[in-house]
Amino acid sequence: MSFDTVDARGLTKVYGRQRALAGVDLTLRAGEATALLGPNGAGKSTLVGILSTLVSPTAGRVRYGGAEASSESRPDDEALRGAIGVIAHESHCYGDLTGHENLVFFARLYGVADARATADKLLARVGLRDAANRAARTYSRGMLQRLAVARALVHKPRLLLADEPFTGLDRAGVALLAELLAEERARGCIMVVVTHDFDAVAPLIDRVVVLARGRIAHDAPAPAARSTAALADVYRTALES
Amino acid sequence: MTMRAIGLLLWKDVVVELRAKELVYATIFFAAVVLLVFCFAFLGGPRPTVDVAAGVLWVAIALAGTVGISRAFEREREGDTMRALLLAPVPRSALYLSKLTAISLLMLIVETVALVMVSLLFVISIGAALPMLVALLLLGTIGFAAVAALFGASLGRARSRDVLLPLLVYPIVVPVLIAGTRGTVALLVGAEPEVATFWLKFLLVFDAVFVSLGVWIFEPLVAGDA
Repeated sequence: MSFDTVDARGLTKVYGRQRALAGVDLTLRAGEATALLGPNGAGKSTLVGILSTLVSPTAGRVRYGGAEASSESRPDDEALRGAIGVIAHESHCYGDLTGHENLVFFARLYGVADARATADKLLARVGLRDAANRAARTYSRGMLQRLAVARALVHKPRLLLADEPFTGLDRAGVALLAELLAEERARGCIMVVVTHDFDAVAPLIDRVVVLARGRIAHDAPAPAARSTAALADVYRTALES
Repeated sequence: MTMRAIGLLLWKDVVVELRAKELVYATIFFAAVVLLVFCFAFLGGPRPTVDVAAGVLWVAIALAGTVGISRAFEREREGDTMRALLLAPVPRSALYLSKLTAISLLMLIVETVALVMVSLLFVISIGAALPMLVALLLLGTIGFAAVAALFGASLGRARSRDVLLPLLVYPIVVPVLIAGTRGTVALLVGAEPEVATFWLKFLLVFDAVFVSLGVWIFEPLVAGDA
């Protein structure tokens, strides 16, 4: 399935008495990398969950190109899920399978034509070629994160949702991931990066969205300077307003 | 796509278990302990009847099955892989059917060991009844796994899932245990074939109802706020 926009309108999510999102409107476009920032509890992960189709909104709708997902009609469309990639807090990989087996398994699950070759290529790309045949449970935190990134990219998603993707990575890992995300953006991927790591994300993004208490406090193009200081300034100003 | 997805998911479950081997060993050990405890309970008294042996066999299967199922879903929570499977472009019914098959395979291995132990410990000749007994165990296993897979997955991240699983599963699988036990007794005492056939048909209907129900309601149970 191919789509060039993701259009969210009036997204509201309530957990019991807690309102995680309160009427979020957001349009995401192909080839655009959006930094989704906000303090803890602002609703970032909930928004990513809804965009990934795993969480259904209490109210509002998300339209992926022409296909719609809303609180009324659940997106049980496999083709839509096949166009979405998620890098989450957890690795989403099996510890008893090797890195290579994990990637081949998920590639096949996503119907990737040459699963083995794709897995080999991605493992080399994320610097895990030498550890490809080791059980994932023997990987360090950073290696697992690299594997998680490879797993999320194995099917070349149209929409990439990265929730704290830099967690656990060393400096080389952060640089590699930033490079990979830039490649995905250049490929025309719609990208959302949730992070508190302004250093890593500042040179990469086209747009900044700041969430506060379930609402969008700021939504504008990234500062022209593309620097950590400029991004931090945007963030601070958005929260103060 | 569904059959291919089931095959892939099943391959993954089998490879993971072949590497870890914890489920097979743990459930076989648990079943063996249950059987030994019952055997020792009757030591010194009159020889237990076939009814007792059949009941002990199915109790051991049910207890060991719950231990295995609980751990099988715990495995999907490590690394949050259940979420990865829910994100994948495969029908949710394929997730259910693959788990049901994986659990059934595990339980059938345990049942093979349990059956041999029961025949040795309770001095029962299975011989002629074996083909029908295998059919009875197979249908009972599918019925048990159909219910357990449904609740095992739907309990997801519930805090008390280990306590809730048997509380939810056992009341529903009571008919499976009754049918299995009565059918086993009928086969082992050499009763009229109609008696065992009745319990086989009963299990067949139970399986059809609960597998269909599982395929139907698995999606809304696991999705939504995964």
